[in-house]
Amino acid sequence: MSESRRGSSPQANPRPRFPYRRPPEIDAAVPARHPVVVVGAGPVGLAAAIDCRLKGLPVVLLDEDDTVSIGSRGLCYAKRSLEILDRLGCGDPVCAKGVNWNVGRTFFHDREVYRFDLVPEPDHKRPGMANLQQYYIEEYEIGRALAVGVDLRWKNRVVALAPQTDHVRVDIETPDGRYSIDADWLIVADGARSPLRHLLGLDVEGKVFRDRFLIADVVMAADFPAERWFWFDPPFHPGQSVLLHRQADNVWRIDFQLGWDADPEAEKQPERVVPRIQAMLGKGREFEIDWVSVYTFQCRRMTTFRHGRMLFAGDAAHQVSPFGARGANSGFQDVDNLAWKLQLVLAGLAPERLLDSYSEERVAAADENILNSTRSTDFITPKSGISRVFRDAVLELAGRYDFARRLVNSGRLSLPTIYADSSLNTRDADPFAGAMVPGAPAADAPLQGGAWLIDALGGRFQLLLFVDDPGEIPRPVVDALAVLARLPIPVETLVLARRAGAAIANARVLVDVKGVAAERYDGRGGTVYLIRPDQHVAARWRRFDLASIRAALGRATGHDAEV
Amino acid sequence: MPLNLQANFHDPERRRLRDYSAGDDFYELLIESHRDLDEARSAKLNARLILLLANHIGDLSVLREAVERAREEV
Repeated sequence: MSESRRGSSPQANPRPRFPYRRPPEIDAAVPARHPVVVVGAGPVGLAAAIDCRLKGLPVVLLDEDDTVSIGSRGLCYAKRSLEILDRLGCGDPVCAKGVNWNVGRTFFHDREVYRFDLVPEPDHKRPGMANLQQYYIEEYEIGRALAVGVDLRWKNRVVALAPQTDHVRVDIETPDGRYSIDADWLIVADGARSPLRHLLGLDVEGKVFRDRFLIADVVMAADFPAERWFWFDPPFHPGQSVLLHRQADNVWRIDFQLGWDADPEAEKQPERVVPRIQAMLGKGREFEIDWVSVYTFQCRRMTTFRHGRMLFAGDAAHQVSPFGARGANSGFQDVDNLAWKLQLVLAGLAPERLLDSYSEERVAAADENILNSTRSTDFITPKSGISRVFRDAVLELAGRYDFARRLVNSGRLSLPTIYADSSLNTRDADPFAGAMVPGAPAADAPLQGGAWLIDALGGRFQLLLFVDDPGEIPRPVVDALAVLARLPIPVETLVLARRAGAAIANARVLVDVKGVAAERYDGRGGTVYLIRPDQHVAARWRRFDLASIRAALGRATGHDAEV
Repeated sequence: MPLNLQANFHDPERRRLRDYSAGDDFYELLIESHRDLDEARSAKLNARLILLLANHIGDLSVLREAVERAREEV
């Protein structure tokens, strides 16, 4: 993406500048050793740093700049990202400032042909999506990172890397000169262009799309609803597509498809941009342009996200087209997957190969995201005459027929990847209905007193034990919960009861007051789920068995046997 | 049996985790089948495909309804 200009509108976020400080190691004779060093203070690197800090790890976060992103960039944050941000302690400001939405409308010419609702059922804490400019997300994350004690170093640019067997030597340039530190583990989250990936000469494979898009942040007072609007071939921009999103502060995101032959420099000029927006909004509407960029995109990923002691995350590891909001959202899921594994490995509680499962699971996720965003792109930009004929036929039929509406693909919006084939899963031995298969992210459910199940989950291994009444849990099971709580990798038990009852030793009782949890988890009495620290399902059974739980815990943490 | 106008793409061999996956798989298959074909050969492929699928459906009342609906607004 190439930036052009930034408006001076009063709505525009005045970009904060963060203070550079002289690094303490700069005069050291021997490089200091740090367990975790993160490179890149974008949304993903910041999330990684916060998550590692919350797990008790000291974290150094390096960034070559001293401010937040220019322009709205990563705009749409999916429900799963909001849940992860909740776990990191940033969910509330993001949701309070962001524009929450669930409904998307798709138009062909001047008619609506398809409408979707991201959260068709009630009883979730968070909405399907919240739109918020990336610079706000980063600002909230920076505040949180500092509050939890991340050693955040601005104007610290990595200029050389020397990977060793048990650490990485990192050479850093600062306004005060160069210094080196040694990282036991290096998390690389330095964005799509990833200077570090280039320093290491690592490949990233995939394809470039021959199309260009104009992206504009427009400040205006408009009463359009908070929905995603997508046009195929609208009268105001014939032959191409247009996407409209509402952002915070009366800023609107408009994406115009331009075609491959467009001149990116000329298209950024106000004399080109303003008439396009006027054609869309009508001449009478006043607006100001806050930021404009012309972009192309690629769908590609690295072969593996782990290279020895270096772990790649976010756009540095994988890139997708923007249709589907799968960029930053998948980056948050990377971090979610990585931090707990890193903690266990650093604590000596899991073998290093647990970090191979980070690559295994997130490569599968990247492939799912690349597949879906490629398909959306192929639908939006037909590559041949015949594919345009089929595309337009789908859009025409979509006005009348359900089957065709389902084929309309203006972006399949980000949903968390289900690690269905992960080597960390324990296969079902008992029959289950519903979506909570091993590898799936835990579904939310409302609990007694306005609490949410999702808020009770995460950060450690947990056992969900479904019962009608807490009093019915047999004594030997209660005793076994004490064993689980005291394992080297402790397992906390959450009893999900249909009604309140007596307290249980070594467990928290949550009251599934509406029965939604039992329904979503097919959780009839006696059912047990083992949930990972990233809230994904590791295993489930119809009855409690300590040995099976310990074996599943071992498998989920990269061990050969029970732990 | 009337013409089915509800989404009906499915894949008995694979469990689908998203409701759009089977439809998107079909659409990709369809577009890919035309790869590198010129207009005349694409038309030929479409004709063959229609004949194969029509025979598979067989039921003339369904085929008549499909033809009628396809002709609307063409």
